[in-house]
Amino acid sequence: MSGTYLGMPAFPAAAREAVGNPTLRGNLRHATHTIRAKRAKAVAEVEDWAELREAGKRIKDHTLRHLDTYLERLEESVTAAGGVVHWAADAEEANRIVTALVKATGESEVVKVKSMATQEIGLNEALEAAGIRAYETDLAELIVQLGKDRPSHILVPAIHRNRGEIRDIFRDEMAAWGRPAPEGLTDTPAELAEAARLHLREKFLRAKVGISGANFMVAETGTLVVVESEGNGRMCLTLPETLISVVGIEKIVPAWRDLEVFLQTLPRSSTAERMNPYTSMWTGTTDEDGPGTFHLVLLDNGRTDTLADEVGRQALRCIRCSACLNVCPVYERAGGHAYGSVYPGPIGAILSPQLRGTGSEIDASLPYASSLCGACYEVCPVAIDIPEVLVHLRERVVQGGPVTRAGNKVVLRPAKGHAAERAAMRAARWAFGRPGALRTGQRLASRTRRFHPRTLPGPGRAWSATRELPPVPAEPFRDWWQRTHGGEAGGK
Amino acid sequence: MSSRERILGRVRRALADVPGDDTPYERAVVRDYLREHGGRTVDETVDLLAENLADYRAIVHRCAAGELPSLIAALLSGRGARTVLVPPGLDPGWLAAAGAERIPDRAESDPHELDRVDSVVTACAVAIAETGTIVLDGGPDQGRRRITLVPDHHICVVRVPDQVVSSVPQALGRLDPVRPSTWISGPSATSDIELDRVEGVHGPRTLEVVLVSGR
Repeated sequence: MSGTYLGMPAFPAAAREAVGNPTLRGNLRHATHTIRAKRAKAVAEVEDWAELREAGKRIKDHTLRHLDTYLERLEESVTAAGGVVHWAADAEEANRIVTALVKATGESEVVKVKSMATQEIGLNEALEAAGIRAYETDLAELIVQLGKDRPSHILVPAIHRNRGEIRDIFRDEMAAWGRPAPEGLTDTPAELAEAARLHLREKFLRAKVGISGANFMVAETGTLVVVESEGNGRMCLTLPETLISVVGIEKIVPAWRDLEVFLQTLPRSSTAERMNPYTSMWTGTTDEDGPGTFHLVLLDNGRTDTLADEVGRQALRCIRCSACLNVCPVYERAGGHAYGSVYPGPIGAILSPQLRGTGSEIDASLPYASSLCGACYEVCPVAIDIPEVLVHLRERVVQGGPVTRAGNKVVLRPAKGHAAERAAMRAARWAFGRPGALRTGQRLASRTRRFHPRTLPGPGRAWSATRELPPVPAEPFRDWWQRTHGGEAGGK
Repeated sequence: MSSRERILGRVRRALADVPGDDTPYERAVVRDYLREHGGRTVDETVDLLAENLADYRAIVHRCAAGELPSLIAALLSGRGARTVLVPPGLDPGWLAAAGAERIPDRAESDPHELDRVDSVVTACAVAIAETGTIVLDGGPDQGRRRITLVPDHHICVVRVPDQVVSSVPQALGRLDPVRPSTWISGPSATSDIELDRVEGVHGPRTLEVVLVSGR
C-alpha cells in the first residue's frame, strides 16, 4: 500500500495525540453527529432495509466465492465492449501500468475522480515521480491535496477540517496549482464550493486523460458504475479522450440487476440521500460519446490474501459507504489519521491488516482499535460482522498461525508485544482447570486486597493504563455461598 | 506467468474451501425486498416524483403538451439564455417558441465551446419517483453525456406518466446496459464540508424538470 503511511506509530500512540487536539475533536463530533441522524432517517424511509441488506450481503458473498469465474466474465464483456483490461498483482504493478498508459498518450497531466484504490496504491506519488501531475477533483480530495494533508475519511477525506480551515487552505494554496481563490473568499460552504468550481473548471476543459475507480463492475455486461455528488466524476469520465479506471477485484457484481440493491443501499447509507446527485454507468466505449479509449486495471494488492481467510474475507463485501466510521465511538474521537491507512475506522481496522498483513506496528495494533461495541455491524449495508473479524485478527496477532501473503501460505509467528497476555491466559487456563488451586488463589487475593496496586506493574502496565482493575471482594463468591447457603438444596 | 494467471491462481487457491456444487447464483441471492415502496396510483407516483425532485432542489414545472414550447421559451428567457444546446433528436416543436440561438450537439465540439453555452434542453429515458431521479441514456433526444454537464442550466423534459417508474429496480429494468447512462438527482451538490449538503459544484447548478402530460 501507499508509502505515505509507512512508519506510522501504533494506533494507541497516534490516537493519544489526536484526542488531545480540541479542534479535531470538535470537527469530527460535529460532522459524525450530523450524518448519523440523517442516515437513520434515510434508512427508516425504506421498510425493506433488512431484506436489501441481506440481498446485498448474499450477492457479494456469492461473487467472492466464485470470483475467478466473474473476473473472467467481466474481462470478456469489457473487452467485447471496446475496453482494454489489465491485471495488477500489487500496487507497484498497477502504478507501472497506469504510468505507462498515461505516457503513451503523450500527456503530462491527468484529472482524477476520487478513488480509494488509487489512494491505496499511492498512484499520485508514482505519477509525480514520472513527471505527470495528477489533479484531484473531488472537493474534499482537493482540500487534502492543496493542504498537503492525508485523507481521514473514506467518503469525506477532509472531514477533519472545518470551513474556516478550508477557506484558509484555498486562499493560501490554490494559486500554486492554477486559478487562485476569489478575492475576499469567506467560509460559507456555498462560496467554498464555488471557488472549487472555478479552480477546477479549466482543468476539466483541457483534460485529455481521466483516472477513476469504480463503485461497481457488472460481470454480465461489462458496465462500470461511479456514484458521486459533485459532477467532477462526470467531468473526468466523459470529457477526456482516454479513461483509465483502477478497480479492486472485489468490486464485481454478477448481473445488471444486482445494481438495484446497491443503488438503494449505498446512497442512503453513505450520504443519507435517497439518491446521490450523479451516477455514471458506462460499458466499454461509445462512439462519439465520452472517451474513445478505455482501460480497466484490475487490482489485487492483498485482496486475494484476504479472500483466503474464511472469516476475514467478508471484509471484501465492503461497498465503501463509510457508515461504520460515522457511528464509531473510537473513530469519532481518534479521527482517521490515527489508523495509518487510507481505510480508517472500523472497516479500516479489519481491511488494512488483511491487505497489508500484520507485520508493521500500526497494522498489528489496528484490530485493537475498537471497543467491540458493534455499532459498525449494525449499520453496515452489507452486514460485515466487523467485531467478529476484529476478534479473529486479534487472535491471529497474539497466537500467530497460517495466513496467506502475496499468494503464498505462511505461518505467522505470535506477535512480540503480547507475551504477557499469552502468559496470563496460560495461567488462567491452568487455574480454571484446578478448582483447588483456584480456591486458594481467590482466598489469597481477598485477604491481600488492601495491598493491591491500582495499576499493574511491569508488562501489565499498558493494560491497566486505560482500565480500572476490578476490585476484589472481601470474600470469594464460592466461600460466601457456602457460608450463607451451605445447607440448602442446590448448594454444594 | 502473467499477472492475470497469477491473480486467478491466487483466487482459486484462496477459495479451496468452496465446494464445487456451491449454491448457484439464482438460489444464493434471495430477492425478497420490495419491487416498489408503498402502493400509489399513477397520478400519485407522478406527484411523488415532483415532490422528491423538489426536495433535492430541482425546480419542477408541470404542463400539458401544448403548453410545452411556451414554457421552455419562458424558462430560457427567464435565465437570460442566449444560446441553448440541442440534442439531434429533440422534438423541434419544443423549442419552437424559444428565442435563444440553437447550438447543435456535435462530436467535433470542444469542451470550451460547450462551456460558453448558457443552457441545454433534453428529454430523458426514465424518471424514478421514489428517489427523485431522472436518467439519461444518450438517446437521440438526450444527446452526448457532456452536453448536460458543462452548461450551467439544464432543462429536462419528462413525459408523464409514461416515463415515470416508482423505484430503482423498475428503472434498471427499462435501461439498456450497453448505453452509457447518467442518473441525476437534483443539481450538482457536495457533502464534503462538514458533511452537510451544499448545492452547486461542477455540474449544472440549476436543474429544471418539466413534467409534461398528454400527447
